[in-house]
Amino acid sequence: MRPSPAGLPTPSPSRRSLLRSAGGVALLAGAGIPLLSACGGSNSASDPNTVTLGSNASDAVPKKAFAEIYAAFKKKSGITVDVNTKDHNTFQEQINSYLQGTPDDVFNWFAGYRMQFFAAKKLATPLDDVWAKIGDNFPDAMKKLSKGEDGKYYFVPLYTYPWAVFYRKSVFQQHGYTVPATWDELVALCKRMKKDGLVPIAFGDKDAWPAMGTFDQINFRLNGYDFHVELMAGKASWTDAKVRAVFDHWSELLPYHQDGAMGRTWQDAAQTLVAKKAGMYLLGSFVAQQFSGTADLDDLDFFAFPEIDPAHGQDTVEAPTDGFMVSKSPKNHSGVVKLLDFLGTPQAEAIYLKADSSVVAASSKADTSSYTALQKKAYAMISGAKSLTQFMDRDSRPDFTSTVMQPALQKFVQNPKGVDGLLSSIERQKKTIFASS
Amino acid sequence: MTTETTTTTTGTAGTAGTAGTAGTTQTPEAGAAPPPGTTLHRKRSARGHQRLLTRRDRFVLAVMAGVPTILHLALVWVTALASVLLAFTTWDGIGFDSITWVGLDNFRQLFADNPQFWPAVQHNLIWFVVLILVPTPFGLFLAVQLDKRIRFSRVYQTAFFLPVVISMACIGFVWQLIYNPDTGLINSITGANRPGHYIDWIGNPELNLWAVLIAASWRHTGYMMILYLAGLKSVDPSLREASALDGANEWQTFRNVIFPTLRPTNTVVLVVTIIEALRAFDLVFVFNKGAQGTELLSILVTNNIIGESSRIGYGSAIAVVLLVISLAVIIPYLIVTFRKERRA
Repeated sequence: MRPSPAGLPTPSPSRRSLLRSAGGVALLAGAGIPLLSACGGSNSASDPNTVTLGSNASDAVPKKAFAEIYAAFKKKSGITVDVNTKDHNTFQEQINSYLQGTPDDVFNWFAGYRMQFFAAKKLATPLDDVWAKIGDNFPDAMKKLSKGEDGKYYFVPLYTYPWAVFYRKSVFQQHGYTVPATWDELVALCKRMKKDGLVPIAFGDKDAWPAMGTFDQINFRLNGYDFHVELMAGKASWTDAKVRAVFDHWSELLPYHQDGAMGRTWQDAAQTLVAKKAGMYLLGSFVAQQFSGTADLDDLDFFAFPEIDPAHGQDTVEAPTDGFMVSKSPKNHSGVVKLLDFLGTPQAEAIYLKADSSVVAASSKADTSSYTALQKKAYAMISGAKSLTQFMDRDSRPDFTSTVMQPALQKFVQNPKGVDGLLSSIERQKKTIFASS
Repeated sequence: MTTETTTTTTGTAGTAGTAGTAGTTQTPEAGAAPPPGTTLHRKRSARGHQRLLTRRDRFVLAVMAGVPTILHLALVWVTALASVLLAFTTWDGIGFDSITWVGLDNFRQLFADNPQFWPAVQHNLIWFVVLILVPTPFGLFLAVQLDKRIRFSRVYQTAFFLPVVISMACIGFVWQLIYNPDTGLINSITGANRPGHYIDWIGNPELNLWAVLIAASWRHTGYMMILYLAGLKSVDPSLREASALDGANEWQTFRNVIFPTLRPTNTVVLVVTIIEALRAFDLVFVFNKGAQGTELLSILVTNNIIGESSRIGYGSAIAVVLLVISLAVIIPYLIVTFRKERRA
């Protein structure tokens, strides 16, 4: 879940697609579904030398990076990639109707449950033929992430980034702090930082998703990867004592979090770390985007969230992965296969990573020689992980996480005392949502 | 027919400036023009009983009336009915075959299990009460002052009305600059952005609704002012004069003479304010997406329906609740007031 500033969507719709969507709106607008067919763009003709691609890469850096990949592909194969870019958040909100309308051949998407959901709804094409060629380029954890519930591949990963605890080396040096390896050391470090006049842990939850990252870390350190999967799949109960223990640990740490998190975006919270007012910050590695100067960026470092239960150690890493899927009936199937074969190569990843240094390659064969120190460390952390998780809202039903978990965790952050009532409320709502389809 | 001809004649005669007496039908101009006109008219109307409009006319009329009717039915009524029906189903928005009938389940969940629902209802209500108690009287006050033609009246008028011209979303952005707990205007000036002295205007559930309401009132005042100003302009000046002659002071004049004449304006103001309270959405959505403390029904609807795997049935159920509340408030009020006004 990489947030993007409110962007400017808009490929201008052709007259025909406008009419098509007008008809659709008449049918569906009652349900409030924004129809996307108007944005389908120019895929009406099936030109063997063109592949259409729906992109959510609306931010300047990734947009340019992707464009370079497609240019390289054209040079190699002669096939043009016709990119239809939409604002990141809009793309996500409309994906549902987009895939049912006239989607582009290929589209940007996320690994994990969110990919499996559309695969199970038969809105995506299986990619086993592509994986037969690119399979050797990826570690097993990535293969697992790219499969649907039916065991077929539906996803080609491009890049990933870890969640960890970020800090500034100079601040740690100045006060003589050491990286905490266990929960008790973490709490002790927080206490020291507070005494030293620092905000121990920077925190901003205005967008409601960052708190899910904290929950995930404590949960799989305490209860392990398997429990995380069960809980996110709606199988384990939220009233389980294991979940209660997660919130108890979190309550212990909450007083060391930055005041007033609910009114602060992650960008503003990151600025506290940049300004050396905060000691640590638990976030994805995209936090580096907030460090503008190279001196500041060199000073940034991170460590894996400390161990809580030695049985699970630090073997799970939260590493959301972004990549590509193919819509249910692509106009140019052979072109699509060629494109995905290319996207699955280390060369394609290298092109992307040259332009966007806040993420690392999903492939185990990618060239890491040009990586920054931070990227190298992130890469080592991910490739050394026993299990990779995606993120609460990528490992679970998005309707559950956005309508139930986001407000619930915000409520907890506001008032850590009412956990029991909160958990039974989550469990009741979870049951009805997971039962609905 | 004869009277018609006569009037035409006099008319023509009059305009022509001829000194002909009324009833003289023999002037050359009159004699030439009207009779053919009458015959033509008679002929056409005789045929008109069978065919008033040509085929082309009827086609044009059918398209002009038919297209908007179909659009209106499809976009307003069919969709409204569809969402009422969907409120009794679950549907993830993918394919029509995944719609499942669940009866009243959505409503049961909503009333019993959704921790955001009752706060949302309450906040919509608070929104209305605040708008009617604070910016409305203030807007009236400003309107009365501006109606006195004080100096620079236009400048004040513009200043107060300006927020109404700006879109709610922009107002949300502007007020965020003021409320931002770390870098906002208030906290920077008062030093309330330090640990220990922290005021979280946007996040604290006991503060944020009031913070948003100030922004909403800021805009609503101008809106009310302009409505009342229009109402005051239509007050007959002789009424003021009469009350002045009776020796009433300013307050008495306002209370007993001016305010009662503003009754139609008050009706509009009340209805407008109720609608504003029920449709409140954009400001809060920009402010903090309806997080703890600022939940609103419209935001719950959006959160459930828009998204990658939406709960369209559940969201529709919330929308139906909003619709019922709107109808329950607006319909009786309109019936009562319009009946009263017709009598008066």
